[in-house]
Amino acid sequence: MKFEKKDILGMKDLSVDEINLILETAESFLEISTREIKKVPTLRGKSVINLFYEASTRTRTSFEIAGKRLSADTINISASTSSVVKGETLIDTARNLEAMNPDVIVIRHSAAGAPHMLAKLLRQSIINAGDGAHEHPTQALLDMMTIKEKKGRVAGLKVAIVGDIMHSRVARSNIYGLSKMGAKIVLAGPATMLPRNIEQMGVKVHSKLEDAIVDADVVMMLRIQLERQNQSIFPSLREYSQHYCLNRTNIKLAKKDVIVMHPGPINRGVEISPDIADDPSCSVILDQVNNGVAVRMALLYLLTGGNE
Amino acid sequence: MKLLLTGSRVIDPSQKMDAVADVLLENGKITQIAPDLAKTLDSKSSGKIKTIDLASMIVVPGLIDMHTHLREPGLEYKETIASGSAAAVAGGFTSVACMPNSSPINDNRSITEFIKRKAAEAALANVYPIGAISKDSAGSQLTEFWDLKEAGIVALSDDGKPVMDAALMRRALEYAFSLGLPVISHCEDINLSGGGLINEGFYSTILGLRGIPSIAEEAMVARDILIAEFTKTSVHIAHVSTAGSVRLIREAKKRDLPITAETAPHYFTLTDESMQSYDTNFKVNPPLRSPDDLAAIKEGLADGTLDAIACDHAPHGRTDKEVEFEYAACGISGLETSLSLSLQLIHDGVLALPELIAKMSTNPARILNLSKGTLKAGSDGDITVIDPQLKWTVDVKAFCSRGKNSPFHGRQMQGRAVLTIVGGDIKFALPSLKL
Repeated sequence: MKFEKKDILGMKDLSVDEINLILETAESFLEISTREIKKVPTLRGKSVINLFYEASTRTRTSFEIAGKRLSADTINISASTSSVVKGETLIDTARNLEAMNPDVIVIRHSAAGAPHMLAKLLRQSIINAGDGAHEHPTQALLDMMTIKEKKGRVAGLKVAIVGDIMHSRVARSNIYGLSKMGAKIVLAGPATMLPRNIEQMGVKVHSKLEDAIVDADVVMMLRIQLERQNQSIFPSLREYSQHYCLNRTNIKLAKKDVIVMHPGPINRGVEISPDIADDPSCSVILDQVNNGVAVRMALLYLLTGGNE
Repeated sequence: MKLLLTGSRVIDPSQKMDAVADVLLENGKITQIAPDLAKTLDSKSSGKIKTIDLASMIVVPGLIDMHTHLREPGLEYKETIASGSAAAVAGGFTSVACMPNSSPINDNRSITEFIKRKAAEAALANVYPIGAISKDSAGSQLTEFWDLKEAGIVALSDDGKPVMDAALMRRALEYAFSLGLPVISHCEDINLSGGGLINEGFYSTILGLRGIPSIAEEAMVARDILIAEFTKTSVHIAHVSTAGSVRLIREAKKRDLPITAETAPHYFTLTDESMQSYDTNFKVNPPLRSPDDLAAIKEGLADGTLDAIACDHAPHGRTDKEVEFEYAACGISGLETSLSLSLQLIHDGVLALPELIAKMSTNPARILNLSKGTLKAGSDGDITVIDPQLKWTVDVKAFCSRGKNSPFHGRQMQGRAVLTIVGGDIKFALPSLKL
């Protein structure tokens, strides 16, 4: 199968076949990262620009390593402030980068829709590495790869996503992606963190964590952004952690072989207790990170026409 | 100079007229309006009269847009009073009322006088300045309403900066009412709208864009109705966008409260589903709402709850719109599409033509206390001629407005203004019209 998409903007736009192709490609790349010499010449002569308007350690490093393991030249640009504050518009920045003729531009931006604007404008492939509270497709793909790896399938599984759904691009991308692949998705969070009409995305919504994780095959905990405490979205971290922290007691409600995921960075003791996060019998948080490199290698490969 | 318009259907809601008739204009005024006027005049004083045959056209009182932003002084890269006036007459508007949010804000006599002078120099449409309610529209201290009125404002509004302080709004309504000045309220509780970008609902959820709940508008509509009722004054609600606002205004009118309201063409034409493209030309405030809201707006127009259609003409430069969605300016350059979008209400059977003309001319004149919006003999020679069948395609490059920001670019339209006469003079004529 040829990969036809120019850009990876969101899980909303990917078909089941495209998702399967990405995951299969990623699985075949996993092995490269275990070699003594972790590099293949596949993308030699290609260049990838990582344009990050928001702080990121995991995602940016993951894209950089993914590019380098395939021998692409990777260039990182971190803009500490938004384009507006900086004085040059995003469009001008992007046109300048386009003029240097890279093959792929990976963008993270606090404004939802920013990657879509670039995708319309530029001839290069755009990968959305997270746009505001909209989508984070590479995270959803690596999550799906991890679920498949641990459970052998996605279809029919019950996946609980818990926390600040309102501000979470990870939640949106996973809802799109996992529902397409046949998983049953249940959300939980305080009402102030559940966006309006979210049930129209085909998910079940609970206000209590305990109700959502009953018999779950997968529990995905979302990071609470500490600064949101000041926006009256929840009264205090103390109260939040008493009711929405995954711990030894409430995890018993889930299936015995439940896996626990988190997109990171984790707030230990806030949304996830340290002993769960570090328990190798259920926590797959570091497997997610490992698979992240493979998924991003697969996307760079497919977007640059590697499988033609 | 005499001008005779012959053979057209004449609609004048101010005298409940809808008939084929001829209209004579002399010295800037409408002097006679009667069937077959041409024949009687021919025998007396032919030669001196310029006759325009308008068979299959509709002659109506000059359209009035009561909610326009002309951007001058200060924001001339978006629009000038001259370019905005040109856009007005090209869209069939003989008069516009311009909001005070220029830079500086129209909160004092000198700005009002400047706007009037520039409008006189442009000599296209009648331009009626609206003064700010509060100094710098900052919401803390009233402007000098009396002075502003003497300088020529026709209404008061803080436009896009809603008066959040209910006590200040109360004082504004009381003071303005005693002067006979209407107050136009942009209803938005900014704590509830909270930096939102699009309507709060399914689309804000899936697009990850902060939502503006309908209650942000409705809470302030309710507040302003309560204040007007308590103080025995009146208030005009700008750009109604939600079903809840329509319901509140309908209930207030049922109780005979002197509340008036307008909506804009985009609220009965588009919904928040359009936001999926992240196209900033669809970004407006209040935001495009749900299909239920759109249906309620149409009902409100049909049953008279909504008195006026005003386009909220908000021209912007490219730099304001060609940025990330959340940084983009709100607004649509609307003067040149407003009438055609509104004529769709006729094609769809929502309104009859006389009702539409009332909402775009007679009613705005009444709300703003202008001696306009009528074709009665002796009134100002402000006339719009509409070709209801003419098919055309919106092309922003052809706009007279400097603001090319329109989500309607490329849209097929049916019907438009072909001739705009202001004070007896032709200020716009579509080239295809044979004069």
